[in-house]
Parts: sequence; C-alpha cells; structure tokens
Amino acid sequence: MKIAVCLKRVPDTTAKIVIGASRTTIDETGVKFVPNPYDEFALEAAIALKEQAGAGETTVIAVGTDASQETLRTALAMGIDRAVLLQSPGSADGLAVARVLAAELKAGVYDLVLFGKLAVDDYNHQVGAMVAELLELPCITAAAKMTLSGGAIEAEREIEGGVEVMGCTLPAVVTCDKGLNNPRLPSLKGIMAAKKKPLDAKPVTLEAASFEVTSLELPAERQAGRIVGEGADAVPALIALLRNEAKVL
Amino acid sequence: MKVLAVVEQRDGALRKVSHEILAAARVLADTSGGAVDAIVFGAGAVSGMEQLGGFGADRVLHATHADFALYAPDGASATIASIGAGYGAIVFAATAMGRDLAPRVAARLGVACATDITGLAVEGDVVTVTRPIYAGKVLQHGRLTGATAVVSVRPNTFHPAASGKAGSVTALAVPAFTARVTSKGVKKPDAAVLDVTEATVVVSGGRGLKEPVNFKLLEDLAAAFGNAAVGASRAVVDAGWRDHGEQVGQTGKTVSPQLYIAVGISGAIQHLAGMRTARTIVAINRDKDAPIFKVADYGIVGDLFEVVPRLTEEVRKIRSS
Ligand SMILES: Cc1cc2nc3c(=O)[nH]c(=O)nc-3n(C[C@H](O)[C@H](O)[C@H](O)COP(=O)(O)OP(=O)(O)OC[C@H]3O[C@@H](n4cnc5c(N)ncnc54)[C@H](O)[C@@H]3O)c2cc1C
Ligand SMILES: Nc1ncnc2c1ncn2[C@@H]1O[C@H](COP(=O)(O)O)[C@@H](O)[C@H]1O
Repeated sequence: MKIAVCLKRVPDTTAKIVIGASRTTIDETGVKFVPNPYDEFALEAAIALKEQAGAGETTVIAVGTDASQETLRTALAMGIDRAVLLQSPGSADGLAVARVLAAELKAGVYDLVLFGKLAVDDYNHQVGAMVAELLELPCITAAAKMTLSGGAIEAEREIEGGVEVMGCTLPAVVTCDKGLNNPRLPSLKGIMAAKKKPLDAKPVTLEAASFEVTSLELPAERQAGRIVGEGADAVPALIALLRNEAKVL
Repeated sequence: MKVLAVVEQRDGALRKVSHEILAAARVLADTSGGAVDAIVFGAGAVSGMEQLGGFGADRVLHATHADFALYAPDGASATIASIGAGYGAIVFAATAMGRDLAPRVAARLGVACATDITGLAVEGDVVTVTRPIYAGKVLQHGRLTGATAVVSVRPNTFHPAASGKAGSVTALAVPAFTARVTSKGVKKPDAAVLDVTEATVVVSGGRGLKEPVNFKLLEDLAAAFGNAAVGASRAVVDAGWRDHGEQVGQTGKTVSPQLYIAVGISGAIQHLAGMRTARTIVAINRDKDAPIFKVADYGIVGDLFEVVPRLTEEVRKIRSS
C-alpha cells in the first residue's frame, strides 16, 4: 500500500504572533516552527498502517520554502520513507495549495492520502477536501477514529451532539483529528536514519489566488471587567448585572 | 448579488444554525441589492423549511434524494455545484457539515473558500471577510475575487432576524452523482447534549472542580439556563474527567456564546484562545489574581462550591418566573 501524508510547517501553538512589515503576513523572527499538530496524527497513522501491513511505502509532501525541509526531516525521523518538497512561498488560498498537491499526488498514484483536519496557522480547514475533489477521490474529513480492512475504510468524525460514522473504499483521502492516535516522537535511531532518506525538492508555481489577504490585525484586548464581590453573597449582584447591563439573562 | 444559503437539517428538522446562515446571507444580499435562496437537503419534507422565508430566504430550494436522510457529502456538493455558478456567494456554517462541504463545493467551482468567518461585507461586487487565524491571536481581512465567493460563518456570530417574508418552497433537481463516501449513521449520546460551539450559554469547569463527579454542579447550572452546554479546560479533559468534545481552547473548540461562565479555571492563554470572543464572560475563582479575571466582564472571588449552587438557584428562579 502506498500512503502519502501532506504536511505543513506552522508556528508553535505557544508562539507569540507579531504582524510583519507587509501587514499581510506574520513576522517570523524568533518564532519556533513545528509540524502542524493535526498532521502528526496523519504521519502516525501512515507509519502504523505500514507497520501493520508489513509492506508498503510512505511519502510525506509539503508545499513551502526550503525552511520546510527541517519539518520534512522530522517526519522522516518518525519513520516516513521519503519526502517531497514542492518549493513555493505558499499561499493563504487553500485551493492554490490544493492544486499543486493534487498534481503531485496524482502522479504518485497513492492508495491513501492523509491530511490534518486543519493547519493551526491559517485555520483554513479545507485543503484535504479540496484535493479529494480535484482527484475525484472519496474523502472523509476530521476522522477521530479510523479502521481499514479489505480495502474499506470506516471512520468516525465528531459532529455537534454526536459521532458520525462514514465509510468508503480505497483509494481515498482522510483528514485527521485529535483522538486518532498518539503520534510517536522521533527516536535517536530515526533521526540518524532520516539523514539518509530521500528528500526531493522541486519548484512549483501556485496559481493566482482568488482569496487575497488584505491585512492582518491583532484583536482588541478584552477590557478587564469588575469583581462583583466575594462568595455566594455576590450572586444577586451578578444576576442583576447579567439581566440589566449585559442583557444575557 | 444573488446569495445561496446552505442550511442544515438533522433527522428531518432544520438546525438552529440555519437561521444564522440566512442572517449572514442577508448581509451580503442586502448590501448589494440581491436575493437569498436557501437550499435544504432531505429525504423528504424537512420541518421548519416553510418558515425559512421569515428568517430571510426569498426562495427555498428543496433537494430531495433517498441519500439525503443523512449527510451525503458527494450528493450535496454535486447539487450545490450544479447551480453554484449562478450565485455571487454561497454561505455555509462552520459546523462539522459546513466545514466538510464548503471546500468540496469551492473546489468543484474552482474558486477559493474562506472558512470560519466572523465578519462579512460587499465592496463593489467583491465579498470581503474577516476571520480569526492562529487560534484567534490574529484577525485576517481578505477579499474573495472569484466568480462565486464561498464562505462558512462561525456559529453564534450572525444573529437571526425575523422578517415578514413568505419564502416559497420549490423543488430542486438533484443531478446524478456518485456517492464516494456514505454515512453509516450518527451515534448519539444517551441524553441529548448541546454542543459547546452552538450553545448560547457555556458553563465551563476546570481543575478547581476537584473531582469529576463535581461537574454535576455545572450540569445543574447549565440545565437551569436551559440553552447551555458544559465545557471544560484541557487540564480536566487530559485527566479523563470530561470528554474531548467539551474542551475549549487552542487545541479544543472555539466558542462564541452570549455568555461564558468559567468556573475553577485559571485562564491560561491557551484556554483564552477558545473563548475570548464570547460576548459576556463571567469568572468564578477563589484566587483573586487568577488571569481569567483579566478577561472576565464580571468576576466573583470565592469558593465555587458555595457560589455555583447559589447561582443555579437564582437562575432557576428567573427562568421559571
Ligand atoms: C500546546 C498547548 C495547548 C493547550 N491547549 C489548551 C486548550 O485548548 N484548552 C485549555 O483549557 N488549556 C489548554 N492548555 C493548557 C493550559 O496551559 C492550562 O494548563 C489549562 O488550561 C489549565 O486548566 P485549569 O484552568 O482547569 O487548571 P488550573 O490552571 O490548575 O486552574 C484551576 C483554577 O481553579 C481555581 N480553584 C481551585 N479550587 C477552587 C474552588 N474551590 N473554588 C473556586 N476556584 C477554585 C484555582 O484558583 C485555579 O485558578 C494547552 C497547553 C499547551 C502547552
Ligand atoms: N503548504 C502545505 N503543504 C502541505 N500540506 C498542506 C499545506 N497546507 C495545508 N496542507 C495540508 O492540508 C491540511 C489542512 O490545511 P488547511 O486547509 O490549510 O487548514 C493540513 O493539515 C495539511 O495536511
């Protein structure tokens, strides 16, 4: 079985975000970058599926600048077999990214293509489903559980007030949510082995986007409110404020 | 601009978020002088469909197919794509369904998709959006320049307005489609629980609750409100006290309720990322220096085990009067 994982390099979730001079991107100075956390679930799933099958090949693909090489090496150190870097400055337009990924994935002919459900930088929540549509493949998004047997996938996704069970057959696209597995950390041996694994870098051109970022802005800080009082005796005063001032009761 | 609102149903009844989708669609149609069509998927009639006119739909398009009893991603996206090019904008909700469907439709139409937006406008004939990114640390402003703007709106952000419109229901032909994925059904918890992303009131608990059984206090408070959901900090989710679906914050859910009550939650930056856009925030914590008080509109410093039962009692009185 051939499995591909699409991986994005993103700022660490604890990073302080500063808006860059262009006002349309962030200032990357001093920011620590990590593999997108949801993509780690996809990487783990790919490696585990290959281990279970005892055969197959896993590939990790990123669209990004050369800085993404480090992120791809982390995936190789976890146990992915080979990496592809589609060199481009990237784009906030999900479809532009999906198109170059789809072209690469089509050429590779994979049985299963895994994504994160969303990238924690631009919060697009869309690239996986778009790639599936472009390739006319079945797609299950935000899978928090997945089983694969006899070429059929059954996955569970969390929906409002329940869990939706979806099924499809391979080849397919699945986007991964928390709950799917516990991603392994790269071992020392894995880190050494990763240095010798193939990483192909090739330039790509993203098509002109139909989503343009015009500006970024820091949200207004919330004003600290007031301490209504201490203990249970303050409850009536709180109720009065919620009714008369905030008008939420 | 003609706008298509993709409303949602479950088990043959419209979901509440449908009215918010229409409210957002109305913003676009009204500022550009256009009409709103609402599309409803169902195996048969969907209850609430006739009332959509009153929430802003000029026309209701009813797409019926045996597969539409459950969510059918391929059938729904094929149907929307078959008429989508005739619209200046297509509006979804950023729900489990809308997040799945909007990018599929955008890809089929060959246009971009702006997800989880909190602000929407039309400038000339271009749809402009505002969306929180980096877990709400940054607001992104952007323009959708394609022929059709595909957007999904964050639940609880656009407020339904009733109108006097009738809104006629017309049958919409469903094109032939291949069901590449099929829903095998929805597993529901024994009691119907409201999702934190959709509730108007969220009562969240943290490590201050001390033990999982004490969340009963918050469940009682939520029940007193009636339209409330129980949320949780990551600390208690990681400890296995509460389900992951209830986690609010950077690695959990982002909520924007009318009222957010944080009980025994310190207010770590990652927790704030998920609830700072709530309209009103109340904090109950015994530590007067807890960071949660820096974002709370109203705070009570005290022992939650005394404050919460009293609050529940008072809310119950109001609700029953
Ligand atoms: C990458 C990353 C992602 C994260 N994502 C999230 C996330 O999505 N959501 C999230 O919540 N956290 C997240 N965290 C964890 C976060 O940093 C905090 O550890 C967590 O929010 C703390 O939970 P808490 O407030 O319940 O517990 P604590 O910080 O232990 O606070 C407990 C509070 O209860 C109060 N208290 C105790 N007893 C009482 C009493 N009897 N009456 C009243 N008050 C009382 C205390 O004064 C204290 O303020 C993340 C962390 C990291 C590193
Ligand atoms: N530049 C990229 N390179 C590779 N994969 C990406 C890229 N951007 C997004 N993805 C994949 O698409 C998923 C969803 O991203 P998004 O739609 O941007 O939130 C991510 O979790 C990745 O798996």
